[in-house]
Amino acid sequence: MKTLNLEKAGWLFMRFSGALLIVLIFTHLGVNLLSDGGVKAIDFAFVAGKLANPFWQVFDTLLLWLALIHGANGMRTVINDYATKAGVRKVLLGALGVSTAMLIIMGTLVIYTLDPCPAGTPADLLPSFCPVA
Amino acid sequence: MAEIAEVQSFTVTFIIRRFNPETDTEPYWQDFDVEMYATDRVLDGLHKIKWDVDGTLSFRRSCAHGICGSDAMRINGRNRLACKTLIKDLDISKPVYVEAIKGLPLEKDLIVDMEPFFKAYREVNPFMVTSAKPEKEHIQSPEQRARFDDTTKCILCAACTTSCPVFWTDGQYFGPAAIVNAHRFIFDSRDEDAQVRLDILNSKEGVWRCRTTFNCSEACPRGIEVTKAIAEVKQAVLRGVR
Ligand code: SF4
Ligand code: FES
Repeated sequence: MKTLNLEKAGWLFMRFSGALLIVLIFTHLGVNLLSDGGVKAIDFAFVAGKLANPFWQVFDTLLLWLALIHGANGMRTVINDYATKAGVRKVLLGALGVSTAMLIIMGTLVIYTLDPCPAGTPADLLPSFCPVA
Repeated sequence: MAEIAEVQSFTVTFIIRRFNPETDTEPYWQDFDVEMYATDRVLDGLHKIKWDVDGTLSFRRSCAHGICGSDAMRINGRNRLACKTLIKDLDISKPVYVEAIKGLPLEKDLIVDMEPFFKAYREVNPFMVTSAKPEKEHIQSPEQRARFDDTTKCILCAACTTSCPVFWTDGQYFGPAAIVNAHRFIFDSRDEDAQVRLDILNSKEGVWRCRTTFNCSEACPRGIEVTKAIAEVKQAVLRGVR
């Protein structure tokens, strides 16, 4: 009871991640939607360029993990509130856990392994900024 | 001599959620028209019904003056003491809905089983713990006394706990009233068991269940800042005592 308390850890996590997410989300929105070119400038090249930069890799990883865990913990509370049958609750909580874990894994993979110009791909399938082989 | 105007009375319609465990499978709503004065309280209306119309109507009350905590009920969807709710403060152009408080087992009409509520109360050790046996009284400064003044006012009516949406779905949650009464001793400079109570409230069904909905503060007939007291206990758990 005294040592590791998940409810207390969860409560603290929600405050700290919430505060950090405010900064992360508004920076994210500002950079993507407002700064040079605005929303029209977003294309594959823009995203690929950002994900090639270590700063944005760390930034996006933080955003991804914090937002998903924060959101999933909130959903857990909602499920506990509304699912009164123990079986239904278990199934919903399980589905929530699996989908959150999958999103986190896939998102993290994309951030660190995205190669916009995979070698050996026919030139007509590659985006225009790739070096011509 | 000027004629003394008769005090005006009104017809108030009460719609009461009835339940008799011996004959009913489900609770049902029943309405009563009662002649009342603006200075009457909802409790007076219930008395008129019980005494003059339907003697089977069951509810708890004792002091009738907002101090025993027996008659918390849901009046127009809000947890109130019937003895403190004046007719003039209600919109009597519409019926007044009265039902038992939520989240505790319904026994009959407006009476619920309070045992789960008192069980949570007992679990926080709501009594002073001191090791020394002093020759004189424990000295406490006015400032030290003021620290927990608000939470000394609790009358254990359960209006707060049964207004809490977390408690409605998770009956294991200690609930606002138990935390208020733990707060009363945690912040008392004479008490020595604060850490024990903080550990109890740091458990899975303790203070972290609270989502600062503020229903409890709104419901408390004693005007206790219940949500604030809970927040102070959370802080104390994080920092380790007072
Ligand atoms: S804190 Fe207020 S609402 Fe809650 S039990 Fe005490 S007096 Fe009643
Ligand atoms: S009857 Fe005692 S508080 Fe209302």
